[in-house]
Amino acid sequence: MTTTPPVIDVQGVSFAFGPVEPILRDVSFTVERGDFASIIGPNGGGKTTLVKLILGLLSPQSGRIRVFGESPEKARPRIGAMPQHAVTDAHFPIRVIDVVLMGCLRPGRNFGPFSSADNDAASEAIVRVGIEGLEHQAYSTLSGGQRQRVLLARAIAPKPELLLLDEPEAGLDRKVEQDFFDLLEELNQDSTVVLVSHDLGFVASFVRTVICVHGTVDVHPTSHLDGSVINTLYGGDVHMVHHDRHL
Amino acid sequence: MQFFEAILHYNFLQHALLAGLLGGVAAGIVGTWVVVRRTSSIAGAVAHCVLAGLGLARWLQEVHGISWADPMLGATAAALVAAALIARASHKQSEREDTVIAAIWAIGMAIGLLFIASTPGYTEDLMSYLFGNILLVRTTDLWLMGLLDVAVLAIAVSLHGEIQALCFDEAFARMRGLPVGRLSLLLHTITALTVVLLVSIVGIVLVIALLTLPAAVAGRFANTLGRTMVLAVILSVFFTTVGLGMSYTYDLPAGASTIVLAGVIYLSVRVFWRGHRR
Repeated sequence: MTTTPPVIDVQGVSFAFGPVEPILRDVSFTVERGDFASIIGPNGGGKTTLVKLILGLLSPQSGRIRVFGESPEKARPRIGAMPQHAVTDAHFPIRVIDVVLMGCLRPGRNFGPFSSADNDAASEAIVRVGIEGLEHQAYSTLSGGQRQRVLLARAIAPKPELLLLDEPEAGLDRKVEQDFFDLLEELNQDSTVVLVSHDLGFVASFVRTVICVHGTVDVHPTSHLDGSVINTLYGGDVHMVHHDRHL
Repeated sequence: MQFFEAILHYNFLQHALLAGLLGGVAAGIVGTWVVVRRTSSIAGAVAHCVLAGLGLARWLQEVHGISWADPMLGATAAALVAAALIARASHKQSEREDTVIAAIWAIGMAIGLLFIASTPGYTEDLMSYLFGNILLVRTTDLWLMGLLDVAVLAIAVSLHGEIQALCFDEAFARMRGLPVGRLSLLLHTITALTVVLLVSIVGIVLVIALLTLPAAVAGRFANTLGRTMVLAVILSVFFTTVGLGMSYTYDLPAGASTIVLAGVIYLSVRVFWRGHRR
């Protein structure tokens, strides 16, 4: 069997917005195919910046990022993304199916209406996330949990090999959140899942790898998580922590 | 009604009706983008900068005898410059966008006033620029509106999915690798051109209302962007036509009649129509 490159390969990456203290310093880690990983860390610790770097929306000042062994820009069509929820208009006149079809947009798409292949992919994604029957309903009338499923369907419509989700559980109650993560576990059978979260306690029971971002990055298998790791992340003494795997 | 008889007899009324029809198509479609993308203050700033272009062109024509400096040309140039400045400021995100918009809004207006004050025939020009005069729409303006409609329709059909994604969720559009910067510039440009042509119908001060009210009403009844656009076009044409009729029948300013009618309907819908959304 030939060795496949890691899904995400970040080596020695530093990033700063302008001439200030860098948000990320000398970050290195890899995510292997089939993993279910969570990027966690305090607010302002650089989680979303890391996501943007992986998507090639920002370029690191130093270091190298490879996704599927390619540059992030080239790999972008193979990534299904769910950005932090920031829809501009709560009354936006749009149906569920129209939102999901957005996932099939890509640069260089033929102008005009979506192809029948795109429509099929969108319908399939709607069934997978369990919102069939809502296709023609206005997005604005849905509950928070339903909306998250629509946005997830949008992310998986192009059949991505990597799912990259930025705080998808924000604003959901625990029951809905639980169902949502069960769904992600199912999707993890076909694609690698990387999930940004600020809620370590909850994601720990689902994910296999935790990528802690707080300026620098440490990677822990979930089985080795303990109080000291959490202390490091959210304001404990940095030097006390003994990391089992510091890449 | 005497208005309908008058339409058959008077060429200027036929022109005015046609202006409402052609302007309504662009206003409904572009207005829908403006409303869902929440860029009405940008459209307002661009509209007020049109005065700078109109004023400069009139000043060049009247005071310096430069005959090619057509007001429409000046208005278009000023609108495009204003849109480009705002697009640049919002792209860099180093300035507060609302401050930049307010500054451009007021500075454009002030430059226009200075030029108009330096040009003979000050007040009559100013009044028709600010509040519009649909009865003075020229044949050239009608042709330009027709051209604009063709361009707007072509964009709306060919880039519907892309523009919808940009308006709904810009972060996602970026993540899909769409050319968000260029799409955004395209929307700013087409909005600026639409504003320039609508100014001749309702004037600088009232143009944002004609751009946003039909789309805002339509958005409460439609559940897709496309249907919102179609309904907004119908409403725009209805408002300008009935506004013109009211103006002719009761001897009122046409622009103001149109906007008051649109405003009353918008507010009634907001208050009385609970609709299908919660």
